[in-house]
Amino acid sequence: MEPKVGVQPLSAAPPTAGARERAPVRSLRAVDVAMGSLLLAVGGLFLVSSIRMGIGWGPEGPQAGFVPFWLSTAMIVCCAGIVVQAARRASEKTFVTREQVGRVLQVLLPAVAMVAVTQFLGLYVAAALYMAYSMRWGGRHSWAFSTLLPVAICVAIFVVFELWFMVPLPKGPLEAWLGY
Amino acid sequence: MGIENLIVGFGVAATPYNLAVAVLGVLLGTIVGVLPGLGGANGVAILLPLTFRMPPTSAIILLTSLYWGALFGGAITSVLFNIPGEPWSVATTFDGYPLARRGQSGQALTAAFSSSFVGALFSTLLITFFAPALAEIALKFGPPEFFAIQLLTFSSFVGLGGGNPLKSLVSITLGLLLAAVGLDTITGRLRFTYGLTPLMTGFDFIVVVIGLFGLGEIFLRMEEGLKFEGAKTGLNLRVVLETWKLLPRYWRTFARGCVIGFWMGFKPGGATPASFMSYAFAKRFSKNPERFGQGEVEGVVAPETAAHAAGVAAMMPMITLGIPGSPTAAVMLGGLIVWGLQPGPLLFKEQPHFVWGLIASMYTGNLIGVLMVLLFVPAFAAMLRIPFGILTPFIVTACAIGAYAVHGSMADVLYIIPFGVLGYVFKKLDYPLAPLVLALVLGDMAESAFRQSLIMSQGTLLIFFRRPIAAVITAVAIFLFVYPFLAGWWRRARRAPPPAATVSSDSTS
Repeated sequence: MEPKVGVQPLSAAPPTAGARERAPVRSLRAVDVAMGSLLLAVGGLFLVSSIRMGIGWGPEGPQAGFVPFWLSTAMIVCCAGIVVQAARRASEKTFVTREQVGRVLQVLLPAVAMVAVTQFLGLYVAAALYMAYSMRWGGRHSWAFSTLLPVAICVAIFVVFELWFMVPLPKGPLEAWLGY
Repeated sequence: MGIENLIVGFGVAATPYNLAVAVLGVLLGTIVGVLPGLGGANGVAILLPLTFRMPPTSAIILLTSLYWGALFGGAITSVLFNIPGEPWSVATTFDGYPLARRGQSGQALTAAFSSSFVGALFSTLLITFFAPALAEIALKFGPPEFFAIQLLTFSSFVGLGGGNPLKSLVSITLGLLLAAVGLDTITGRLRFTYGLTPLMTGFDFIVVVIGLFGLGEIFLRMEEGLKFEGAKTGLNLRVVLETWKLLPRYWRTFARGCVIGFWMGFKPGGATPASFMSYAFAKRFSKNPERFGQGEVEGVVAPETAAHAAGVAAMMPMITLGIPGSPTAAVMLGGLIVWGLQPGPLLFKEQPHFVWGLIASMYTGNLIGVLMVLLFVPAFAAMLRIPFGILTPFIVTACAIGAYAVHGSMADVLYIIPFGVLGYVFKKLDYPLAPLVLALVLGDMAESAFRQSLIMSQGTLLIFFRRPIAAVITAVAIFLFVYPFLAGWWRRARRAPPPAATVSSDSTS
């Protein structure tokens, strides 16, 4: 049990094929303990920072760290309680199976890629690429369909947001080249 | 005087433009309610940027209509696909889906929509008559009273939310701490930014809602494998009329559902326990309780009436006290601030057209809603046949756009991914998400109310007990905070077995 890796253990195990698809990647108990410990650490971070800001009485009443100090204290106490509860519990229920992790990553990884690409190419191009990818490889639609529909959706988004409601969305080199 | 104002409100809500806005809102809301991965809260959040250039009244009508639509839409998937679109439509699946399996989905849907409408109407009537009075009282409130109410908001999640009270508390404290990130409005100091510029503006709760509820929900749905094996809709005029003839005999269930729904709903976080409680009561008072769960119309009426009554009642604290009763109301509250309105009791005095237009639109919006879902159920149900290879990237893209458009900040787009993962893990580990969102919304308000109270009292916490209204509310809040722990000890001390079913344990809380 590595308590500090609350989110990562999903992908930590080496990939193996076929028969072990239904095998649990992590037990519910392990993840519960890990998440509780992670939140406890977050609470600790807040606690240390609030103490540095001052938790007493200043010229403007309670200092900036006063409320966060007590909040993070409460959070740490509750997290400790959750960790103890979870560790004591005997049940060995599954948190996720290998197959389920695969399906979640199928959405998570392309979404991460889309958000990353948005920073460079703007939202429209990133969204079109992302939708095209998901339709072609996730949904197994034809090439023509997977190219035309995303482009159509992005044009529709452009019309609704930029032209109709005048809400600017992130744009990249392509839009600059087109004159926007 | 209430009636006169309401007539003025109808003058605002029933203009062709605002009626068209309501139709659009209900349509989008039903779509959002039916589609997996989208619900009222993140539907409203994603749409919020589009309302920035509308008149505030039309904007709030669009968002509230979307909310009503989502409430109706949740019932469609519960009955036809056994997939509760929202937590409070879980109880609707108990009898709705068995009815649909027996080929009586038309009856189940008609019962669900009609009871939703009755519940909504009841709460709207109560809001019409009691909201102005509540706002009048709230005008006399000072920081201690407001803090006491905010404390009550959080305590009700711990005391009435069911589930693990420690996890509710962690959700609340984490939300409040995240709200503290950024500029401290009282001392003007930066808090928890660690020298990072994007953190200076803090975490916007709309972005967090989109991550937690939007992406988190998508991950959950993907994990489950996204298989929709739905029953046929089978809704036509004859079935509707026949069901309507049947419904009056459940008037007791309707009445109970309305009262439970309003009572639970106008306190925060109440819609889900309200629907379970109403279901449990209907079963307990029924002449043939053994038929519940097998496909009993009354088992659809009870939770839907209560859930929709609660959903509407959640608007009451938002417009009178500036405290949202549900995550969706919280996002609307954010909208109010963006549109330049100050949420709270002064709204009734300073923006009567806005408030009464909003209240009148609750009548028109729900009427439009019930008619539209009755007419277009097959079309809405057909949306679930869109392959997820198309649907999922579209929803994720919508989430990214919604997050960016709130402030035009690239950092917000980045935040939705970690919050999506957090939402997924939290849901799987039974950490409640609603208190986290409400804490994030109320965090700044609650903290400044608390600190102002302490300044007033020169540092003693007794101020919350010396003022009569604050004292009563604070006492109730403290009771709700400790209640689940006391109940746990009591049960263990008496060595009584824990309640057998979740439904019955909800009804006792």
